[in-house]
Amino acid sequence: MHRTTITQARELLHSKKLSSVQLTEAVFARIDAVEDKVKAYAHLMREKALEQAKDADAKIAKGEELPLLGVPIALKDLICTQGSRTTCASKILDQFVAPYNAMVVNQLNAAGAVIVGKTNMDEFAMGSSNENSSQHPTMNPWALDRVPGGSSGGSAAAVAAHECIAALGSDTGGSIRQPAAFCGVTGLKPTYGRVSRFGLVAFASSLDQIGPITKSVADAATLLNVIGGKDIQDSTSANVPLPDFTQALNQDVKGMKLGIPKEYFTGGMQPEVEKAVQEGIRTLESLGMQTVEVSLPHLDYAVAAYYIIACAEASTNLSRYDGVKYGYRSSKSDNLVNMYENTREEGFGEEVKRRIILGTFVLSSGYYDAYYLKGQQVRTLIKQDFENALEKCDVIAAPVTPYPAFKIGEKMDDPLQMYLADIYTISANLAGIPAMSIPCGFVGGENLPVGLQLMGKHFDEASLIAVGHKFQQATHFHTQQAPV
Amino acid sequence: MDIEHLAKLSRLKLTDAEKEKFSNQMGTIIEYIEKLSELDTENVEPTANLLGLSNVFREDVATKPLTNQAPINDSPAHSKGHYEVPKII
Repeated sequence: MHRTTITQARELLHSKKLSSVQLTEAVFARIDAVEDKVKAYAHLMREKALEQAKDADAKIAKGEELPLLGVPIALKDLICTQGSRTTCASKILDQFVAPYNAMVVNQLNAAGAVIVGKTNMDEFAMGSSNENSSQHPTMNPWALDRVPGGSSGGSAAAVAAHECIAALGSDTGGSIRQPAAFCGVTGLKPTYGRVSRFGLVAFASSLDQIGPITKSVADAATLLNVIGGKDIQDSTSANVPLPDFTQALNQDVKGMKLGIPKEYFTGGMQPEVEKAVQEGIRTLESLGMQTVEVSLPHLDYAVAAYYIIACAEASTNLSRYDGVKYGYRSSKSDNLVNMYENTREEGFGEEVKRRIILGTFVLSSGYYDAYYLKGQQVRTLIKQDFENALEKCDVIAAPVTPYPAFKIGEKMDDPLQMYLADIYTISANLAGIPAMSIPCGFVGGENLPVGLQLMGKHFDEASLIAVGHKFQQATHFHTQQAPV
Repeated sequence: MDIEHLAKLSRLKLTDAEKEKFSNQMGTIIEYIEKLSELDTENVEPTANLLGLSNVFREDVATKPLTNQAPINDSPAHSKGHYEVPKII
């Protein structure tokens, strides 16, 4: 039962073959069975979830139809939930209980979803492996000695291990797509501004975006229908029409143009990964898509521009954690400044401190023009690259990661190597375009999943969904089960 | 790069071990981001907001706000609806 997709669960629930309470209990039984090994969750919301499931069953009995009625969903633990903790996997927010719900939580509630719990992550979404959680690392359900990716590693692992039916993550530089690729699930980063960030704890506000992590592209379309749209509480959310994304599932892709960016295929990937990505592209060709070569000439500069901008914004956003307003305060202090310094030193983990320092540096007097302004100018060049490339094609196909999931501990001592792991995902955030990772193969003796990335024009998630769904109708990578 | 100065600006009381480790790592990272200087960006406008938004207006409709107490309840030290902090002067 816990292995169902949203689409399957809805059918079972509405035909009364299964109740939401049964489905929710099955998900919790699955969590009890595998969570010791996977550690996908930061904390569970068991009692509340069962109440929501009962409410959903009552609504189903009355014949109500809502897009997620009775379906168990997990949330990354940086999405605020009124009355339950939101920790960002940080000691500094360990006991923080938000006084309001994030907009996406209100939208999920209105759609009838059952919220299972909050998933583990890299602290404040800073990391690519989930090893930066203040609680514990999460394991990859495909190989328990490997990372699930990050920063939404808990959400991706929970979906891959069937500890929920679907999940929400957030993506600032690849944090939905990279863990989706590492865990063999589908991850969609919507266009910047498509989904309200109200109640999403901020990391880098000009890059952050909430999106679905699911077992299929069809499920991603259903979830995006629920969470998309303009919200007056987030003035950066876009006032653009919200189409019914499930309509794109019926769209034909014959004759659509698939752009292949030559800079992504210059030998930076592990050969087996490149082979899987190339085969994925050939599958799309066999479905009638026409490939065209495109160029994204500033790819090599994306990681540098990203870390300047993201760390600058993070150093500003995280200044609010001062021991006064939220949860943790150091007990070692005798005056106010001392209290700030001790609280932040004790409350933040190493990677967060590193990024605050780097962000403070690029914004500091005398360096602003050389780094921060330069980073924003390079961002313009990268955005223009995508605009030019997407004039020649409908969707761009690319790798998500240079290699499959790496071993726990393998990259922890070298932050720059960890940053470079995000090379293929970061540009989409800098340009604000929608991007999706779908499973396209398995590599090595351990059968580790590989992702294919699809990127599109601003607010054209529909084309990604159309192409991704046709791919999944023609392949079976997304239905393979993790061995856990 | 003066790590002590940056730590002070960031309100972080770093340990000596952290100062040494971060100085070394930061050196490598900054050397890497220096590669942006290869690009001529003289006439390129910087991008802050991707959608080109400037002022965003909405109707001024009264809604029920949070109570003052709701966020204060999350504070580690508060009394009578106020935050408590260590002595300043």
